[in-house]
Amino acid sequence: MRYLPLTPEDRQDMLSTIGAASIDDLFVDVPREVQLDGPIRDLPMHAGEMAVEAHMKGLAKRNHAAGDMPFFLGAGAYRHHVPASVDHIIQRGEFLTAYTPYQPEIAQGTLQTLFEFQTQVARLFGVDVANASMYDGSTACWEAITMARRITKRGKAVLSSGLHPHYVSVAHTMAHFTKDQLDHRAPELTAATDSDDLFDRIDDDTSCVVVQYPDILGRIADMSALAEKAHAHKALLIAVVTEPVALGAIQAPGAMGADIVVGEGQSLGVGLQFGGPYVGLFGCKQKYVRQMPGRLCGETVDANGKRGFVLTLSTREQHIRREKATSNICTNSGLCALAFTAHMTLLGEKGLRELAMLNHKKAVAAAGKLSRVPGISLMNTSYFNEFTLIVDKDTRPLVRKLADQRILAGVSLGRLYPEESGLAHGLIVAVTETTSDADVDQLVEALEGELS
Amino acid sequence: MNMLSEGRPTRQDENINTGANSAPQTHTGNRALIVDEPLIFETGSPDRSGVDLPDAPDVETCLGGLERHQPIAIPGLSEAETVRHYTRLSRQNYAIDVGLFPLGSCTMKHNPRLNEKMARLKGFADIHPLQPMESVQGALETIYQLAEWLKKLTGMPAVAMSPKAGAHGELCGILAIRSALEARGDAREVILVPESAHGTNPATAAFAGYKVEDIPANAAGRVDLDALKARLGPDVAGVMITNPNTCGLFEPDMKAISDAVHEAGGLVYCDGANFNAIVGRVRPGDLGIDAMHINLHKTFSTPHGGGGPGSGPVVFSDALAPYAPLPFVEKKDNGHYYLVEEETAEDHHDVSFGRMVAFHGQMGMFTRALTYMLSHGADGLKQVSEDAVLNANYILRSLEDTLDAPFAHSGPCMHEALFSDKGFAEGLSTLDLAKGLIDEGYHPMTMYFPLVVHGAMLVEPTETESKAAIDQFIGAFRSVAERAKSGDEALKSAPHFAPRHRLDETRAARKPILVWEEPEELVEAAE
Repeated sequence: MRYLPLTPEDRQDMLSTIGAASIDDLFVDVPREVQLDGPIRDLPMHAGEMAVEAHMKGLAKRNHAAGDMPFFLGAGAYRHHVPASVDHIIQRGEFLTAYTPYQPEIAQGTLQTLFEFQTQVARLFGVDVANASMYDGSTACWEAITMARRITKRGKAVLSSGLHPHYVSVAHTMAHFTKDQLDHRAPELTAATDSDDLFDRIDDDTSCVVVQYPDILGRIADMSALAEKAHAHKALLIAVVTEPVALGAIQAPGAMGADIVVGEGQSLGVGLQFGGPYVGLFGCKQKYVRQMPGRLCGETVDANGKRGFVLTLSTREQHIRREKATSNICTNSGLCALAFTAHMTLLGEKGLRELAMLNHKKAVAAAGKLSRVPGISLMNTSYFNEFTLIVDKDTRPLVRKLADQRILAGVSLGRLYPEESGLAHGLIVAVTETTSDADVDQLVEALEGELS
Repeated sequence: MNMLSEGRPTRQDENINTGANSAPQTHTGNRALIVDEPLIFETGSPDRSGVDLPDAPDVETCLGGLERHQPIAIPGLSEAETVRHYTRLSRQNYAIDVGLFPLGSCTMKHNPRLNEKMARLKGFADIHPLQPMESVQGALETIYQLAEWLKKLTGMPAVAMSPKAGAHGELCGILAIRSALEARGDAREVILVPESAHGTNPATAAFAGYKVEDIPANAAGRVDLDALKARLGPDVAGVMITNPNTCGLFEPDMKAISDAVHEAGGLVYCDGANFNAIVGRVRPGDLGIDAMHINLHKTFSTPHGGGGPGSGPVVFSDALAPYAPLPFVEKKDNGHYYLVEEETAEDHHDVSFGRMVAFHGQMGMFTRALTYMLSHGADGLKQVSEDAVLNANYILRSLEDTLDAPFAHSGPCMHEALFSDKGFAEGLSTLDLAKGLIDEGYHPMTMYFPLVVHGAMLVEPTETESKAAIDQFIGAFRSVAERAKSGDEALKSAPHFAPRHRLDETRAARKPILVWEEPEELVEAAE
């Protein structure tokens, strides 16, 4: 077997050194009756690279790859061009096959990239500090809600109707067990976000108000007034960013007064990957740093006075604090954080701003074309690279039908909100730098065909 | 000195002292391949970029009046500089690709490159999680096939695929236990966890709203069954047992533990972090457990990536399967695969505790793990656990004359060998030994864990090391251990040859610097 270096002679020599007659002697603690007498049945035996590759390719080719057809899906996962050098960097064995940097003297590569990542995320979000990553945006969002509970000692979170429904579901799942109270309503197909409604729902029992920016329907609203209202009631504003590229074009949530900003970093460097692994971004104001979940990398010096980096403030974490930890997270999303930071380094502020404006203007151009299709209207008056169309038909079967024509038209609100019949005519369409004019024209033509 | 006719010396002059200590200072401070790399904030610039983009169409913006006018202050580098920046940084990292990485409980085994290649097939890497299911049949089948492998390897009837890592899997299991108890109107409040457990176990139980109490261990490093039985009662929701445990030992009473817990009305969570020691030889389902997470990044060799991403599917018994989280993949009679999500769950999975994560789990890890399983097959996986256990016992027996091995008397270990700092000279510690190993060219073992052994050193070689590599490691370990026992003061300042000497962790924590800030003189100059 190509991954196992021991030869039969090695095994025999080693057993002799140990003083065991056979490998079975090393499993004496396992009761005889639960030991299998041979390889598990109903599973194939070992196979060479060619055979395995053929099997996996057979599975892969039964999927419609986004790059092979006009593609307009977003709603929390976005298709961006990832520069070739990013994948090269994350495949360096010294990054790919390293562990969490517990021995900092021989992990400065990982640690310095995490320090740079934390700084980039903090600046992008407009907050003081950021951690070394979470699993993804949805789990980061729940962690932020629990952090607000610890800070405010209150258990009621007010969730915007524009928060991604999967993020809402994750929060509902957890809140059931932690006895947190969640105040949440379904979204409506209007150009205005629910900011005014949220404003009225903040009270002295509120731990936090959670707002997605841009929201699930693509809308962008100023959060400053909400931040002020929240702070007046000693509650926190949590902003959730599922499309970090947007922050190259629109104001940082921290600049509007958000106390905690979390997000999904998948857009930069990571790719679609059918939903994971992704990378959760987590930033906050300096004064809350000791309530943060997850790993933090900090600067220090070595015994010779040279600058170096270590994991720090670990007294918040499970391996030290056990049941009193701020979170149970251990392994996070290190390699995806590396992909994010390498992509961000390639972009720089200039590239990020250009990329954001390219996304936005392509979206504006596409929205213009699509809203001229008879039977379709554009819901949004503000958006970044994603907007909601209101279509004369139920969009869920429509999207399936277009997929059969090899056009991936967007995310139907029926898929995201199956229980909300009032949303069945909504279609979320995302446009990025990877979307060509021809793609948009094909979608327009196909929709005209279906709606005529 | 021998010289070629061009004047180039061909042999080292024997009179030159090449000892590292007498090496001259260099102008840069670098030493050949050991090169320091500045931060991107010190070398890059916000108006530089390594990406060329096409022009945007000429249309009005529609950003709701929220254009970002303030600087973002994220520097960029050209592609050439970017590649060099990260390549130089990578060379300051130890990794499995560089050498033996015996980090106990973490399972640092070789990461086959075929797995990487397969995960990057566009049919896996370039598909969106919300595409219509008919357009992602191959992806759904991949999840289904992996789930089948996991069920067969563990002998358990159900598996939840969406948990993002080991600790997330623990949470999944504990939430299922709590849901099952709630469903029968049983508001139990306590989870019992052995002192030797991973910190994630008690943290998870607390995160799910439980109180945590310790289970005592016996002198042989196992759960004290009688003490456990004495504590069980109507307030105990369940236990979390790691098996093989964190001392590297199999819990021979596991079935009796499960039976006792069940009899007392509780449920059994097994931390499967060490499944790699028994995969293919023992099915945890035969030990009476109700839930167990599997770290695909340990047992099934998906890369650790410097701290993730992981993947932590959870297998369930029949008692817990109905409460498993959404979504999951089912196969229809017509051979098509579909995701059971919130709306479809109502038909036949209406007591699920709900969704733990956006989308469907760590697909990129699923493709790697399935590739690994297909490569090894049932026979290869059995060999994997046997070689892992063989290598660990070889280390245990080769070093027990030099180091104290607190449980070696009780018989063989499983996949990792545990030593203590007993016998070290006054003033020298496990930390010093670890740093000495760095100078020998190794990543140290896990240190100070499990907590039940003083100065613990947990050594896990894994099955992907050759005998020659292990022999060399044993030699190095013995040498450093003897230095620790004889009181070699030089160990206290180790490592001497790493990119950094010991780092001041106290200073880092006292006044945390978590992001880079412009040095004051630069800020003043700019103003």
